[in-house]
Amino acid sequence: MWKGEGFGLVKLPPGSRVVYAPEPFEALEDPEGAIRHALEHPTGDSDPLSARLTPGMRLTICFDDISLPLPPMEAPDIRQMIIEAVLDAAAAAGVDDVVLIAALALHRRMTEPELRHALGHRVYDAFAPHGLLLQHDAEDPSNLIHLGMTKHGEDVEINKRAAESDLLIYVNINLVAMDGGHKSVATGLASYKSLRHHHNPETMTHSKSFMDAPASELHTANWRMGRLIRDAGVKIFQIETTLNTDTFPGNFQFLQKREWEWTWKDRATFMAASKALDAAPPKMARQVLHSIKAPHAMRSVYAGEVEAVHELITADVWAQQGVAVEGQTDIVTMGLPYISPYNVNSILNPILVACLGLGYFFNLYRGKPVVREGGVAILFHPTRPEFHPGHHPSYIDFFEQVLTQTTDPVVMHQQFEEAFATDPWYIHLYKTGHAYHGVHPFYMWYWCSHAMKHLGRVIIVGGDPATVRRMGFHPASTLDDALEMAKDVVGPDPTLTHLHTPPLLLADVT
Amino acid sequence: MRALRIDRKLTRFAAARVASAFGAGRGAVLGPLRLVDVTAPSLPSADWFPVTPIRSGICGSDLASVDGRSSLYFEDIVSFPFILGHEIVGEMVADGIGADGEPLLAGQRVVVQPVLGCAARGLELCPACRAGDVGRCGCLTHGHLSPGLQTGFCRDTGGGWSEGPLVAHASQLFAVPDDLSDDDAVTVEPMACAIHAALRAQAGADDTVAIIGAGTLGLGVLAALRFLADTGRSPSPRRLMIGARYSVQRQMASAFGADDVVEPRHLDRAVRSATSSLIVGRPTGRSGVLSGGSDITIDCVGSAESIAEALRITRPGGRVVLVGMPAKASLDLAALWHREIELVGAYAYGTETVAGESESTFHLALEMAGTVGTGRLVSASYTLDRYEEALAHAGSAGSRGAIKIVFDVRPKRAVSQRED
Repeated sequence: MWKGEGFGLVKLPPGSRVVYAPEPFEALEDPEGAIRHALEHPTGDSDPLSARLTPGMRLTICFDDISLPLPPMEAPDIRQMIIEAVLDAAAAAGVDDVVLIAALALHRRMTEPELRHALGHRVYDAFAPHGLLLQHDAEDPSNLIHLGMTKHGEDVEINKRAAESDLLIYVNINLVAMDGGHKSVATGLASYKSLRHHHNPETMTHSKSFMDAPASELHTANWRMGRLIRDAGVKIFQIETTLNTDTFPGNFQFLQKREWEWTWKDRATFMAASKALDAAPPKMARQVLHSIKAPHAMRSVYAGEVEAVHELITADVWAQQGVAVEGQTDIVTMGLPYISPYNVNSILNPILVACLGLGYFFNLYRGKPVVREGGVAILFHPTRPEFHPGHHPSYIDFFEQVLTQTTDPVVMHQQFEEAFATDPWYIHLYKTGHAYHGVHPFYMWYWCSHAMKHLGRVIIVGGDPATVRRMGFHPASTLDDALEMAKDVVGPDPTLTHLHTPPLLLADVT
Repeated sequence: MRALRIDRKLTRFAAARVASAFGAGRGAVLGPLRLVDVTAPSLPSADWFPVTPIRSGICGSDLASVDGRSSLYFEDIVSFPFILGHEIVGEMVADGIGADGEPLLAGQRVVVQPVLGCAARGLELCPACRAGDVGRCGCLTHGHLSPGLQTGFCRDTGGGWSEGPLVAHASQLFAVPDDLSDDDAVTVEPMACAIHAALRAQAGADDTVAIIGAGTLGLGVLAALRFLADTGRSPSPRRLMIGARYSVQRQMASAFGADDVVEPRHLDRAVRSATSSLIVGRPTGRSGVLSGGSDITIDCVGSAESIAEALRITRPGGRVVLVGMPAKASLDLAALWHREIELVGAYAYGTETVAGESESTFHLALEMAGTVGTGRLVSASYTLDRYEEALAHAGSAGSRGAIKIVFDVRPKRAVSQRED
């Protein structure tokens, strides 16, 4: 069971059900070859990449940022492999106006080491010194273009360089089923003015789940915007990839095994690692864990027209991560690890704890949630009131100024969001430092909307009591205590399901 | 009669300082304060009257005296031994005359404006006293009284922490309306301080005001700013913010009309947010100076740390009002110089000019006590016998869910009658 910067063994009640992630699929034998094949044999209504590259054209290559994959993968990163192949093709076609853009949306800017890891030294050194490696700036009006409004009144405003290029190539890592598709450009390259139309409590509440496209209002909104972008004449060549679930390297491989399959070496490593992490100060434990690079391997790659590519890729994601789960449960337990999309090389602060548990893990389903309506979610995490002041400055103020007033996403959306979104200091830090946008903690809280409405109670085992209570949840010191508290809500003899993730899994609940 | 008296014994002052390291008010155990039998003070002149205290509050300056931590500045303007207690509601022992020249009847409740200015000392009025600014009187060591800035720090007047009469000059006496409770009345003196501080702040309608400290004074200043605005005497500030550590303080701050009640350690960030300022330098959030900041910061703590924070969070050209009683402090004044911040002291009370009218601060405070119900600030009362407990409680009021601790010094006969 993960519990932040550590893990331990927890004895679940007899009869509990544990949902494990599927075994990792075999890696592609020749990923570079698969990439080249995808580029020249596109999916959907698209010419091969080589046919779309012409001398004198403006080419922009956008790529997913630090939030993917999790944990960051061992070098070479999948983005590096794809972008090197695209650049080879561009060079062969005589294209010399090429710009790379990290599709940050409202995420923090990547550091040089992070960019070097994602792109490789060769690409970085060829572009960054010449100002050709950019990071999307959602607060730079001079480099945003308003392409129009959808029939639903949604502004579509995206990166100007990308929109005005003769070809926009987007490089995706589809870690989970909600990644990619029209969301890549419509969200990754958008401004706050555009994002606010779907990153709000209403949309999030009606996304059941984010991983189930037909049932996701977030997906639907992005598709409306994506089609408007397409109809506005933006030429997109979409490249999407899947990874297998090989998440932890070498000595940490026991973390992705079923416990009864542990070898003596796994047991010994677990004992040593868990004791060492428990004994280490949180900062040191974080450093150790964030140094882990995942041995993720490419499982598939498709390129071409956005929707056609995404349909194939999403099927592949489900094939790798999907687990059939029969029936809902009264109580779901989840161990929350040290990392989420928004704290790579950073601190999983309390708002991100909530988002990881209730926004992400809760939503790892198709059909219906693993836990029944009115059921209880029991999360394991220390939930200390710790924040990274450089990465998450507005989170600190959100915790102190907003969560002390309300935990209702709708109320905070109405009363507090705009002030945070337009705060000049947060904008300054987002543009010039490595800070998430001022509105970002609101979005993290909105991600929890569906879960908070669905669940009867949220309990955090091991969580700092004052912090947990401020978020409207219930602290417990042990699982036994949590189960006693849960019985007040779900009654005696509840059913319990534990989601054993990471590695990532998608529950297909019938 | 019994009273809590401070004697000038240097060894006891030293012991009190050591004891107070374990918490404010702990100096009562070893320090210069003693519960002793004393004779009632004599009347210095015909316009002085005996007053029997009913209730008397414990103030931060009292704790500093008990703990031997008062500034040496006060050395020459007090006279030992003195009976503490300057927040006083009492009863007239005999018929007398009040500050406004109105007759006061024996048994009538009064509050004591404790400053011992020229009128009380039988002196020709100094310019400050002539202007009604008795708090600024510079003649605190002259006239027919021993030195003493206030009743409660002068050996000739007695003080509120006594079971028998103190003496007060007519200019110090204000009648308490019948509908004002004793708890409301005992807060009149600190509320007068708060009103004076609020007016010294000169807050405008567009101003963001930050208050550091949410004890009696901080909450009082907050209530005063709202009271003055609600009664049309001064503009309502655009935003009132206060740092409050304890839940009882937070609840009271909200009840008194704060727009933002935040953890003290977060006040700088809250001010930054409210004023759309930037933090100068790295986003550490704690040590940085704000690019802008509050228009006015009212420091109701008075420590080096609180003054430094006030300078950090006040906008260039803004004003810091120092209300909490400071002592010797070491701090960096570069921000005050560089940002041209005005540092204003706010002590006591006198006559205020509000909305073009002159009003006694004590009259304003009496009105405010009734309107706002500042007696809510009184959390516990003790008899003099339990003074060590009372002072320890006052020294850790916030953490023990309290705000204002008072002594109930009614004679036992009167207590039993009232309880009947």
